[in-house]
Amino acid sequence: MTTRRVVARAPQDTPAGLWTYLLLAVSMLFAAFPLYWMFVIATSDDEALAKLPPAVIPGDRFLTNVEEVFSLQDVYFAASLINSVIVSVVVTASVLFFCSLAGFAFAKLRFRGSRALMLFVVLTLTVPNQLGIVALYIVMGRLGWNGTLLAVIAPGLVTAFGVFYMRQFILNTVPDELIESARVDGATTMRVYATIVLPAIRPALAVLGLLTFVATWNDFQWPLITLSGTDYPTSMVAVSDLASGNYVIYRRVLAGAFIATVPLLVMLFIGGRQIVRGIMEGAVKS
Amino acid sequence: MSSTRAAPPRRPPAPQGGSAGDRRMTWRDRLYRFDMRYMPYLMIAPFFLLFLVFGLFPLLFNAVVSLRNYRLDDPTLPYWAGLENFSRLIADEDFWNALYNTFGIFLLSTVPQLLLALLVASLLNRKLRAQTWWRVGVLLPYVTPIVASTMVFSVFFSRDFGMANWVLGLLGIGGADDPIDWRAGKLQAWIAIATMVNWKWIGYNALLYLAAMQSIPRDVYEAAAIDGAGQWKQLWRITVPMIQPVVLFTVILSTIGGLQLFTEPMLFDPNAQAATGGPDGEWQTIAQLIYKVGWKDLNLGYAAAMSWALFLIILIVAGLNYLLTNRLSGGRR
Repeated sequence: MTTRRVVARAPQDTPAGLWTYLLLAVSMLFAAFPLYWMFVIATSDDEALAKLPPAVIPGDRFLTNVEEVFSLQDVYFAASLINSVIVSVVVTASVLFFCSLAGFAFAKLRFRGSRALMLFVVLTLTVPNQLGIVALYIVMGRLGWNGTLLAVIAPGLVTAFGVFYMRQFILNTVPDELIESARVDGATTMRVYATIVLPAIRPALAVLGLLTFVATWNDFQWPLITLSGTDYPTSMVAVSDLASGNYVIYRRVLAGAFIATVPLLVMLFIGGRQIVRGIMEGAVKS
Repeated sequence: MSSTRAAPPRRPPAPQGGSAGDRRMTWRDRLYRFDMRYMPYLMIAPFFLLFLVFGLFPLLFNAVVSLRNYRLDDPTLPYWAGLENFSRLIADEDFWNALYNTFGIFLLSTVPQLLLALLVASLLNRKLRAQTWWRVGVLLPYVTPIVASTMVFSVFFSRDFGMANWVLGLLGIGGADDPIDWRAGKLQAWIAIATMVNWKWIGYNALLYLAAMQSIPRDVYEAAAIDGAGQWKQLWRITVPMIQPVVLFTVILSTIGGLQLFTEPMLFDPNAQAATGGPDGEWQTIAQLIYKVGWKDLNLGYAAAMSWALFLIILIVAGLNYLLTNRLSGGRR
């Protein structure tokens, strides 16, 4: 700290030194180790958990453990994975469609009350939706949806964040002239949406899609309330079921947890760049 | 953020001409008018409908439920309870215990989380090789399901053979003869749960800070460097004050999230289904208590009253945080 090196450059233009890389590597290790260790236990036998120093090398029992997880009678693990895929895909597709539609309307169309309505959308962003959870359960009960995937899917179909995000993106990237010239040619609003807006917002769709998928897949509290004890759990509920009971077998729990995490790791690997950008863009705008 | 846009042209589509075309034109005219006038409402309708049914209505209906006797196991009670649920709440030891736990865990997670995020962000805010991969790497915890990571940390924090105790033993704390029982006392349990929360959110917050850091004008740093400010000083005197709005944003975010903490305390308990947060409620949070009261004790009316209390608390704390953060980082410049 006492070395008074005068740096005339902004930090982002300063090449990282050895210490920076070293500290970053340590943070990386901290971030990745629990995941790695989840895999270690998922591939081991029961004894791996009763070792000191702890086991850090994967074993060879991954398939055995996975088989056990899938064959547990009252956990419905295979079905839960399918349920999670259904819920996440439907919610993501719907969020992308309805949010981009609404975002387009708010960004580029003129209609009475649009400002006030947009303000309302932004305000709803700040209300933690967990707070109405008791009443939501009663509403779902009236609809007869508790215990079905509908109860998990329906509340997530359009999000305030999605509308807000899409509006910002469309406002900044879709040129008015392009829309106007299509109008002159007689294009309807939906046609403008399909031919001009949609192609222009593909990057934003990727970002919002990834963020929505991850959040939906990982959701736990509401699915637990409405789905637990039924034959239709999501994978998160199923993993928590693996860990309930008097005698918990952790190699099974972590094998299940690992399987339920893999899709997201694949997504991060493929779409990491987009997710990073989405989070960073959101920060600058808010 | 101005939302005044150029008006769409009012010109109808080119007429086709001819007598047969007249009828078609009026039909098209109508379509055009509908498209201009009502289509925007149709496009935003799905959001408002859904929010009405699954967002706003439950929130308001929650108020009604909180004034009722709403027990799933006993429908014979009188319909209205008046303020009974609320008066019970004030005298409920479980509620105050849960509130205490929630705040304890909240403090132990928010403060280190945001400081470490700042550190990671300033590390990332350098010219790095493989820049994208470092950024993606810090997001590993963010995409990991909390359910999955909590299971791992639960094992890390087991008393015998736990990784946490082993590492601490190497540092001369606790050790094999005198291991820390992470589930036997409030402070230990809070630390364990706060560790999970920190692990999950440091990277995410770091990226938020990084984005803000990169939008600081470069010449500010040049001026500071000429004035002889070192890197450390630059971080605290320039970077942090300049990214204050984002710091505020993350403080509010982690307040809202932290006070609703549910998954970690639930699954840290080997007996998760009971939702008691330890044998004596050592780490039961409010969100967890709401779940227990509503779906284990089947008293939805009382759970609704608790939700209102939580809402109020979040509002107050978020407001206080706003003032505090504003003052702290504003006073420095």
